[in-house]
Amino acid sequence: MGALIELRRVSKSFGATLVLDEVSCGLAAGEIVSLLGPSGCGKSTLLRIAAGLDRDYQGGLQLGTQLQRGRGNGIGVVFQEPRLMPWLSVAQNVGFADGWIADDKWVQQLLRDVGLPGRGDALPKQLSGGQAQRAAIARALYGKPRVLLLDEPFSAVDAFTRMKLQDLVADLAARYGIAVLLVTHDLDEAFYLSDRVLILGGTPSRLQRELAVPLARPRDRRSPQLAQLRSEALTELYQSHAL
Amino acid sequence: MSRAERLPQAQPGVLWRRRLPGFSSLRGWLLPLTLLAVLESVVRIGWIPAYLMPAPSELAITLWELADGPLWMHILASTLRVLAGFAIGASLALILGSLVGLSRRLEAYLDPTFQALRAVPGLAWVPLLLIWLGIDESSKVTLIAIGSFFPVYLNLVAGIRNVDRKLVEVGALCNLSRLATIRRIFVPAAQPYLFTGLRAGLSMAWLCVVAAELLAATEGIGYLLTDGREVSRPDLVLVAIASLAVMGKLSDSLLKALETRALIWRDNYGGDK
Repeated sequence: MGALIELRRVSKSFGATLVLDEVSCGLAAGEIVSLLGPSGCGKSTLLRIAAGLDRDYQGGLQLGTQLQRGRGNGIGVVFQEPRLMPWLSVAQNVGFADGWIADDKWVQQLLRDVGLPGRGDALPKQLSGGQAQRAAIARALYGKPRVLLLDEPFSAVDAFTRMKLQDLVADLAARYGIAVLLVTHDLDEAFYLSDRVLILGGTPSRLQRELAVPLARPRDRRSPQLAQLRSEALTELYQSHAL
Repeated sequence: MSRAERLPQAQPGVLWRRRLPGFSSLRGWLLPLTLLAVLESVVRIGWIPAYLMPAPSELAITLWELADGPLWMHILASTLRVLAGFAIGASLALILGSLVGLSRRLEAYLDPTFQALRAVPGLAWVPLLLIWLGIDESSKVTLIAIGSFFPVYLNLVAGIRNVDRKLVEVGALCNLSRLATIRRIFVPAAQPYLFTGLRAGLSMAWLCVVAAELLAATEGIGYLLTDGREVSRPDLVLVAIASLAVMGKLSDSLLKALETRALIWRDNYGGDK
């Protein structure tokens, strides 16, 4: 099976400033990959290109044949903000892609999956930040995607909620067999969740490093192996001046 | 679910029903009632001559007499004109405002003209309308339509331009067609602006109906105003003004109630108690 999403030598500039310089990366089925880098390094831009929201770039974007089938384009996206339609109920937001012909059973199932059972009739303004992000995750899963693109989805919630949401995403990705491309600036998050960590950096941004995280799931945040891998990675990054 | 996430759970329905009856709803009556009482005593004492400013009690009698006779006919005539003119003006504004709001190209073609026309005070059209359309209903309705068009148009364009790009992107991810994006994202998201525009347009419509009726009419509240002046009866004029206030407030309250119902999802600062 080939890659679900393949970015080939993608370059992108805003005006005269080159932001991404020939970045290549791929996402295979069932894999969780993190794009790690400081603010403004173009990692969100890369994700937007992969999501098809930004078509003004040089390079190639290849979507796997598995993505062409079924509802939508087989890609679910969760942004940094929940981006719920404030005039729709939570359930209507989850089934937004299908409007009033949304599959209500599936919506209710998703609401249970993300820990919002019975909140379908609430309005977005009645949700807390963490609950709203849960609803956004449910909406991304509505189209039964093969790929989930996450753009710093946990950066706006408190540390406890963040850990819960990280576990939620890992759990749902495993349950529904979804590959995840996660943009983050959180080293712990990247190592805890991913099979591979790609590090972007420099001006213009290039792929600096690719680190594998060969640990079994479910993982333990406190596990010494995880800490070991992370500190090794940090050492390596310092030595290679990637950070 | 964590405790932190469970905290803010407002109950829908209870939110807007609370504090409806009781003293707070009567606060608005305090100022007009005080004014009326002061006026009554000032006229009774004789500080203001009664032929200039009739006492509120006299006005009540005039109102009573008129209500028995032609007052309703006048109010009805004006209301029908307002409704017809407002319906035409607001509908045109809805169509043109959506088009200009959605398309920069159309904006480049149309908006400068509209901005220039907007700068013309509505009353400046009156002579032209009288020449073109005569003094009957059509000229009045047209004037009202022109007057109510611009507030709705301007607010709608502003509303569409203020729609959050991030929400539009969600629509793009769902592969919504252009039409579906308009219907499912732009229209609801621009609603708060639209209602502001509709309410401003409606008050403009009342302004224009009076202007039109002052100039040439045989019935309507504006006619009542002219009639009162010509026969030197300030009580007639004041009753006409009072009916305008009541009708304007009534129609605005109706729109406001609609607005509150349609925009219950809004999460805005509602003012301190």
